[in-house]
Order: sequence, then C-alpha cells, then structure tokens
Amino acid sequence: MPAFPKKWLIALIALAVIVPLLQPLLPNLVSDYRLFLVSTMMIAAIAVLGLNLLTGFNGQISLGHSAFYAVGAYTAAILMDKLNMPYWATLPIAAVVCFVVGYLFGLPALKLEGHYLALATFALALAVPQILKYKWLEDLTGGVQGIVLSKPEAPFGIPLSEDQWLYYYILAVMVILYWAASNMLNSRSGRAMMAIRDYHIAADTMGIDTALYKTVTFGISAAYTGIAGALSASAIAFVAPDSFNFFLSIKFLIGLVVGGVGSLSGSIVGGIFYVLVDNSAQALSTFVKNDLGLPFDLSAYTVFGILLILLMYLMPMGIVGGVYILFRRLQRAGRGGSTAAPAAVSQSRPAEAGKSH
Amino acid sequence: MEQFLQQLASGLANGAIYACVALALVMIYVSTDHINFAQGEMAMFSTYISWQLMSWGLSFWVAFILAVAISFVFGVLIERIILRPLHNAPLLSVVVVFIGLLAICNSVAGAIWSYLIKEYPSPFPKSSFGIAGVIGPHQLGVVLVTLIVLSLLFVFFRFTPLGLAMRAAAQNPQMARLVGVRVDWMLALGWGLAAAVGAVAGIMVAHIVYLDPNMMGGILLYAFASALVGGIGNPGGAVVGGFIVGVLENMVAFTGNQIEKATGVYIIGNGEKLTVALIIVIFVLTVKPAGLFGRVVVKRV
Amino acid sequence: MPSLLEVKGLKAFYGQTQSLYDVGFDIPDGGITTLLGANGAGKTTTLRAICNMVRTEGAIRFAGKDVVGMATEEIVRLRIAHVPEGRGTFTTMTVDENLRIAAYTRRDKAEVAAERDRVFGYFPRLKERIQQQAGTLSGGEQQMLAIARALMLKPRLMLLDEPSFGLAPLIVVEIFRILRRINEEEKVSILLVEQNAALALELASHAYVLETGRVVMSGPSDVVKNDENVRKSYLGY
Repeated sequence: MPAFPKKWLIALIALAVIVPLLQPLLPNLVSDYRLFLVSTMMIAAIAVLGLNLLTGFNGQISLGHSAFYAVGAYTAAILMDKLNMPYWATLPIAAVVCFVVGYLFGLPALKLEGHYLALATFALALAVPQILKYKWLEDLTGGVQGIVLSKPEAPFGIPLSEDQWLYYYILAVMVILYWAASNMLNSRSGRAMMAIRDYHIAADTMGIDTALYKTVTFGISAAYTGIAGALSASAIAFVAPDSFNFFLSIKFLIGLVVGGVGSLSGSIVGGIFYVLVDNSAQALSTFVKNDLGLPFDLSAYTVFGILLILLMYLMPMGIVGGVYILFRRLQRAGRGGSTAAPAAVSQSRPAEAGKSH
Repeated sequence: MEQFLQQLASGLANGAIYACVALALVMIYVSTDHINFAQGEMAMFSTYISWQLMSWGLSFWVAFILAVAISFVFGVLIERIILRPLHNAPLLSVVVVFIGLLAICNSVAGAIWSYLIKEYPSPFPKSSFGIAGVIGPHQLGVVLVTLIVLSLLFVFFRFTPLGLAMRAAAQNPQMARLVGVRVDWMLALGWGLAAAVGAVAGIMVAHIVYLDPNMMGGILLYAFASALVGGIGNPGGAVVGGFIVGVLENMVAFTGNQIEKATGVYIIGNGEKLTVALIIVIFVLTVKPAGLFGRVVVKRV
Repeated sequence: MPSLLEVKGLKAFYGQTQSLYDVGFDIPDGGITTLLGANGAGKTTTLRAICNMVRTEGAIRFAGKDVVGMATEEIVRLRIAHVPEGRGTFTTMTVDENLRIAAYTRRDKAEVAAERDRVFGYFPRLKERIQQQAGTLSGGEQQMLAIARALMLKPRLMLLDEPSFGLAPLIVVEIFRILRRINEEEKVSILLVEQNAALALELASHAYVLETGRVVMSGPSDVVKNDENVRKSYLGY
C-alpha cells in the first residue's frame, strides 16, 4: 500500500492539535470526557501499533501482548507510587524494561514457528493476572487491590485541564512513536523485517541475520505496547491485575485485524475502533435489552468475536486495506479499465500486506 | 500421609479432565494442523447447555448425553461452516478465527446465563463409594467416566472402519482421497468428536470448579501443557500427559503448602497454578518440543 | 472395444503455472496403455488431472461420465484406482489396515473377503507380513501393497505412476508380471506411466508419448517401439 499522503497527515495533526483548544468555545462537544476518550483511543493505537510491528510486519503471531502492556503499566505505576517519579520519566524506563522483557521472550520464541508461538503467547496472556497477584510481589504490585495513582497535571501552570494536558501528552508520544516506526519500516531494517515475514526460511540465505531481527523486533514491539501501558497507568490513574487478562489481548487483536495487518495507519484506526466498540457496548446492550426485548446482556466481546471471524472472510486486509482496494477499484473504473483489483492486492493475505505507511 | 494421598487422588481427577481436553486438542491438531484455542470455551458452553437441560427437568445423565450429542453436532457445524472456507488461508487468519470463536462462546454464555457463579451437581452420590477420606466419590467418578470415554474412543479408532478412515484422513489426506475416503467429512467428524470429548470434560469438572463462563481458562492452559508434555501429535501421549500434569500440579501445590507449614515461608501454592502451567508450556516448547512420545516434524524446504 | 477413458484437450495447472497444454488419448476397456516421456513431460500431471488433484480444464469422460470438476474421492468411487508416485501407503498403519481402508467404500462384505484372498494370491509376501507396519516394508513390498490396495477398490481402471521407481530389476519384472495377470484375470484396465520405456512397451498394447505437456506420438506398442525417435530418446539405441 502506498504511503499516506503527506498533506493529509499534516492536516490531521493540525486538527488534532487545535480542536481541544476550542473547549471554551464548544464545551459540550470538546468536553473533558470526550478528550479522555480520545486519549484512551490513542493509547490503544500505540498498543496496536506495537503488536502490528511484531505480527503484521515481522510475521510473529503474538496473542500475549496484554502481558507487555501490563509490564509497562506496572513499571510506571510502581515508579510513580514507590519512588515518586514524575509521570513523564516513567515512559523511557517502562520502554526499556519492556524492550528487555520482549527481547528475552523473543529468544526462545526463535525456535517456535507459527502456531507454537501463538500458543506460547496465549499461555503467557492467561498466566499474567496470576503472576501479578503473586504473594512475593505484593509489596510492589499491591496484589489484588492494585495501585492507585494520580493523574498528571499540566506543567508550568499552563491553563489546561487535566484531560486536555493528558491529551496533548499522549498525542505527542503517539506522533513521535508513529514517526519512528515509519522511519524504521521504510529503512533497510524494515525491509529485512518484512522479508523475514514473507520469505521466512529463505531470509537467512538472503544474508539477513534473522535471529537478531526477530528478537529485536520482539523487544521493540513489546516496548511500544509497554509504553501504551505506562501511559494508561497515568491516564486511568489505577492499575490492577485483572484488567490485564487475555481479553485485553483480544482487543489488541481486533485493532490489528480491523485496522489492517501490516499497516501503520491501520493500527491507529484499529485502536480507535476497539475503544469505540468497547465504550458503545453498554449502549448496545441497552438497545438489545430494551428496544429488541431480548433478555441478553450483549457484550463487546460478542461483537469482537463476530467481527474477527467475519473480517477474515470479507476484509482480511482490514479497514485500511479495504478502503485502499475500493479506492483502486474506483480509480480503474474511472479510467475505463477493468475493475479487477491487481493480483497482488486481490490475494488479500494479511501476512503479505506489503509496504508500510 | 493422608493429605499426600488426597492430593494424589485430586491430581488424578484433575488429570483426567486435562487428559480429555488435551485429547480433544490433539485430535484437532492431528487432523487439521491447527490448535483449537477455543476448545475450553466450547467445553464451557456445552456444560452450560447441560445445566440448562437439567434446569428444564432432565436428569443428570440424560442431560449429559444430550449435551454431548449437541456438542458433537456443533463441532461438525463449526468445522463445516466456519473453518472449511479457511482451508488455504494464512495461519494468522485461522488463529484469529479461533480467538473470535473463543470470544463469542465466552460472551454469549455470559449473556445468556450471566457471570454469576453457579453450583453444579455431581451425579456420584456422596455416600456411595470413594475410599474414605482419600478420594471422594466425585473424583473417582470423574476418573471412571474419563477412562470409559477414552476406551470407547480407542476402540472406535482402532477397530471400526470409520475410525480407520478418520485416521487415514488425518495421516495422509491426499492418499485417503485416493482410496475413496471423503476427507472433508472426516475432518468435520473429528471436530465433532473433539467437541464432544470437551463437553465431557467440562461437565465432569463443573462440580469441582463451579460453573461460570471463565471456568475453563486455566484448564485449557493445563490441557495445552498436557498435550505438549505428551507430544502434541500423539493422542495417547495427550492422555498420559494429562495425568502427569494433573498430579504434578497438585504435588507442587502440596509441596508448597508443606514448606509454608514447616517454615512459614510461602513460595508456591494454589494461586500459582497458571504460572506453573505457563512454565511447563515454555519449557517443553523450547527444550523438548516433541514431548515424551511425539516426533519432531522436520520441515521440508 | 469401447473407450473406458476418453481424454480430450486436457490442460492442467499447478497454481499459475501451466503444465499440460493439450493432452488427448483413449483407454480401451480391458487394455493396458502406457504414457511415456521424459521427466517433466507431464505424465504424472496427467494421472493427477484424471483424479482432479490439480486444476484441470478440458474433457475427461470415464465410462461415458464426465468427471472434470468432480472431487477426487468421488472419482475414485467410480472405481478408478490411482497408485501414486512414491506408493502412498499409510506408513504408520499395518498391511492389514492399509487393505481394510481400501475396502472402506465397499458394502459387499463377502466379496471383500474373497477379494482379499485373491489379492494375497497375487502377493503372497504381503500375507506373510500382514501385521507389519507398512513403513517398514521394503520398497518392492510397498509397491505391492499399493497395488494390492488399489485392487481392493475393485477398480475398472488402475492408474499407475512409475511403479518401477527405485526398485531392483528383478522385483520390477515380478511386479510387471503380476500386473499382466491382474489385467487378464481381474479384467482391470491399466494406464501406466513409466520411465522404464522398454518394460512399459512390453506390457502395454498401446502407447502415448508426451513432451512438454503435449502428446507427440501415439500408436500400438510395436509401432511406437520401432519408431526411430522413440528408440533414440527413450530406449537408448
């Protein structure tokens, strides 16, 4: 898929920066709650981006990114709670810690292909909440009760609400991380990563140090998702073991496949999407109960589950990929050519999504 | 000593459950080369169906048989409708679909029957049998039922023409077609059987862990550990692995308890069971991926 | 004799790559026909195409019935037995189980039992090793098992893909002798793909020569045997 048009990107960022400042003028539209919601969307986007780096761009299937998110969140929480570290200082430390954890996990993962890696990461995700409740870590982690934190405040007395400041903080982090990822993927390293995904066994013979790339990618991927976790610790001002269970991994997976496997912008779309659905679940459930009269509590996970399955049939390339295909089809129709999508795209294999953008 | 025997018995009972779920996993893996991540949730759903049937007035064993039969049909349908079209899809697609299935089973069960933990009856009357103080009637019953089910499966696969055809389809699908076996239906049947075996496991364990939509998560993890210990391509190995892991799990907890009693230091106990399973999984995958009885498959380039 | 198998304008593809371009031949009912050609000419592909194991276009009629597009197992149930390259025995199953699986589609229990006895008549060695794992049999015995298993399908047509491959000459002669007996006594028509042209031309009454996915020559074996090009390319003199 081609790179996202630069003009649009700049326009989007400009919009993202200006809109929250309009709060005094449009207090209901640009409410603190809405800003907080968008903040959680951006956190989700970063988390999905992390997963995409590993699974979408490097072909290593991970069902356990909730574990890295948890490590990031708890690292930040413990640093803030026990060492009184300022929230912004916890980010780089959480990133490093998660990189190391990810790298260490990536080492034995070298021996695991395809579904065995999925299995190992699945096991990791299932075990994490229990690990966090381990008696000997209780002093650090706060056990079942978790750790209560305080939300960051705008520095230097800048007249922004907590939610506004949080929004800008997270926006800045997201833009920087996105930019870094984009650069990495468009470089030689990025091509090597994707070569490993596409030509796994042959990549070695092409002179790529597969082991190095795979483990480092694991580390970077974990770091990204871990940063998201660290951000969430500040945003929600609370961490507890049971919020980092396997269902969190399911949400990341939704973000990955809905947005687009192997697509950077898709990761953003995916993250926004799963937060939206998650938050609409309550409303959805009320609708089902009251308007449709069915005695069931519809949960977001039913929607997620159905989507996961449907997407694999209908839009394996995710929303971003699907939009791209539609766009190309319309282009061709406009030029009077055949409306068949080019062979490479119509193969619709998520594992071969091509160039990043 | 008595406590040790109790833990051993409990380990065997748990092991029987793991053996069943592990067997279901291996059956699907051997025939389709895929890991059914949704196996646990499917079994849980089947258990809820049996609970519902009982709440409508059916007796335990009637509900049991019906639920197992219904699960069989569901298994066949899932393979035919959801998995068949993904025959040549990339691995990620298939894994995603399994996770989707997991999410649906879990959330729909919670939607229909709520997340409140329910009690689940045991068909094995309290006073009838069981070796006093060591092994309870339910535990003994679980082991017996499991052994019966496993024996039936063994006889089926070993001695019946259909079982032979299913084995052929799993071993060499192309060649099986060349002797006229309808391989696609064999896969569907395999799924049906796996779902049925999972249902048996779920129904048997519900009395021990109580019925709730999240009851099978930990058990699934243990079943994976069991299948890996036994050798993921080996059904017999899965069963043996199940019992080994069941006993091991309990022995570790027991040892931890004893250490805590003796020294006051808590190292490990019931709260770390999933962690132990995780360690087993990682250990087997990295150190001895073929498990005890499996063969490592060399990939042809 | 009416044609048992009619093939016209057969094209076959492995994915996007085309392997057969225009193959046509007729197999008479009751006869033995051979397909000759160099490696890569498309002989194996032709057999696979008949059983729909590769993407096919064109016309294939078996006993008057159009079989293009039918599932492999359904074509087999029309009583075409395919003995593939590499034998295809179920290696972890016993000789007994291999034979039993072939009888899976048959309802006539008594006939199946009689069939087994006849099969053991052709291959007494298999009877001696009835409980042995197929994977531990010698190459020749595995080939015999593969043919025996094909017989248990009670086929009207047997497709054999390079039965001589990797076998000692004496065994090959023995197997070809048995194939002739099977053709005569069981009334099984045979389509034989072979690298060993000399043996094949001796066994078969009719021959087709394939080159890069096309039939370049056909005729009775005697005629083909004496053709100069064939002699130079496939018979070595």
